[in-house]
Amino acid sequence: MSELMELYQEVILDHTRKPRNFGSLDSATHRAEGHNPLCGDQVSVSLRLEGDVVRDIRFQGKGCAIATASASMMTEFLKGRRAGLLPEAFRRFQDLVTGKTIEPPEDLGKLMAFAGVSAFPVRVKCATLAWHTVKAALENSQQPVTTE
Amino acid sequence: MRRATIPSVQPAAPPLDVDRLRRDFPILCGRTAGKPLVYLDSAASTQKPAPVIEAMNAFYREGYSNIHRGLYALSQEATEAYEEVRCKVQRFINARESREVVFVRGTTEAINLVAGTLARQRLEPGDEILVSTLEHHSNIVPWQRICEERGGTLRVAPIFDNGELDLASYERALGPRTRLVAIAHVSNALGTVNPVAEMVRTAHRREVPVLVDGAQAAPHLQVDVQALDCDFYAFSGHKVYGPTGVGVLYGKAGLLEAMPPYQSGGEMILSVSFERTSYKEIPYRFEAGTPDIVGVIGLGAALDYLGAVGLENIAAHEGELLSHATEALASVPGVRIVGRAGRRAGVLSFVVEGAHPHDVGTILDQEGIAIRGGHHCAQPLMERLGLPATSRASFGLYNSHAEVDRLADGVRKVREIFGSCPS
Repeated sequence: MSELMELYQEVILDHTRKPRNFGSLDSATHRAEGHNPLCGDQVSVSLRLEGDVVRDIRFQGKGCAIATASASMMTEFLKGRRAGLLPEAFRRFQDLVTGKTIEPPEDLGKLMAFAGVSAFPVRVKCATLAWHTVKAALENSQQPVTTE
Repeated sequence: MRRATIPSVQPAAPPLDVDRLRRDFPILCGRTAGKPLVYLDSAASTQKPAPVIEAMNAFYREGYSNIHRGLYALSQEATEAYEEVRCKVQRFINARESREVVFVRGTTEAINLVAGTLARQRLEPGDEILVSTLEHHSNIVPWQRICEERGGTLRVAPIFDNGELDLASYERALGPRTRLVAIAHVSNALGTVNPVAEMVRTAHRREVPVLVDGAQAAPHLQVDVQALDCDFYAFSGHKVYGPTGVGVLYGKAGLLEAMPPYQSGGEMILSVSFERTSYKEIPYRFEAGTPDIVGVIGLGAALDYLGAVGLENIAAHEGELLSHATEALASVPGVRIVGRAGRRAGVLSFVVEGAHPHDVGTILDQEGIAIRGGHHCAQPLMERLGLPATSRASFGLYNSHAEVDRLADGVRKVREIFGSCPS
């Protein structure tokens, strides 16, 4: 498979064309906006925590195929998972897209499709934008404004 | 008669021998991703011909010293070489006098210079500076800041959907409080060539001075500041096949003379005491500190190179490339050309349905084709066009028609990857 085909795998293109969990969550307990000033990509993430569990999560924004698919697949990945797992999952995802991973972390599941990004260093920012944003959203939770 | 058999219209010779010119550019002989480099990002920065690289190298090796101060021959010669480039620039833009040419770091600094001196001096609360929707951030933000500082207002002349300036609205936007017009000669994002001479006349009828951002025009058009009658003209060395770090601010002598210094320090003073400092005459008043001497030497070599090739030939060649590219890309299904102004130069913006410009850029890069994707430092323009970003191919004297075809092939490949989008 060429590097290009590795990057634009069918699962990624599918999420680009039909983003899952797209929109804004009215009942969100956490929100954040992320943008990449260099290329103008924008994403906003809203999610509802129940206890430590991400009960629901949505994203909105405009961006390239990689940014959009990454946000879409990230929401699928995080939905129903414990928020406390996010830092570790994000670290593994970063290792994956920057090519630092030696052994593929199997628990990333479908997100492994982003391994192809590592051949395109300038696109790492696209792949991680939504993750940075969700991290920011959860870190704001230290101010107990929205946590039920 | 034999002559009668000769067709009355002979096929025109191509304006440039591109194959030969390409050999002057070392980087174009290299390869990207195992493929020859197709460099279509000259609007961001042009590649450098060997004579520019060699002139700078030779100057460092044989002619270098500081300027305007040495008592020794080497410094005098360096000073002469530096000042000779000022005269080359004067001829390049047809300025009346060489003292109207100020060396700066680039277009951005040239604009900041005028904002920080003339605009700061003249702007009173409630006064206005007029720009257009087409501007690069560097012709917006300096004015915005000076307006904030002085309590002024930044006004914006709108464009039509095709990327042309709405001249009637421009004229209406020129009011009794307008103190300066700042306008791009050629739009870096869409390639629109603005009718600058006409806009200057309109502004001058109201005694409003005009600064022209020529960064994108100088490599493509024969610039004549006297014919334009603009008050200031700014351009960058690195976009006219010269080095980075050097650019030009042209200003009418009368205006420059009335302006306070920009940066201050050595080189720009006549005498300094702790009580009082007096400043040099123009243009030296605006060139504080040791300038980019070798950059200026490189710029001189670039202008010589452009002169030898001939800007008219370059303009004709690039015009053909632009028509060819417009036609070739418009014929790819799902591609839309952004900016269809009647007069364009050097730049072709487009969007591919279902594919973001970054993805287009990545896929083309795999084909060895370098283009730009993004907002092109013109976010207000993108907002006006309702687009987050575009892809932009831009042309230089070294680009060939075969490269335009490779661009079109690359865009077809983008469609192959993204094209099955059910829309």
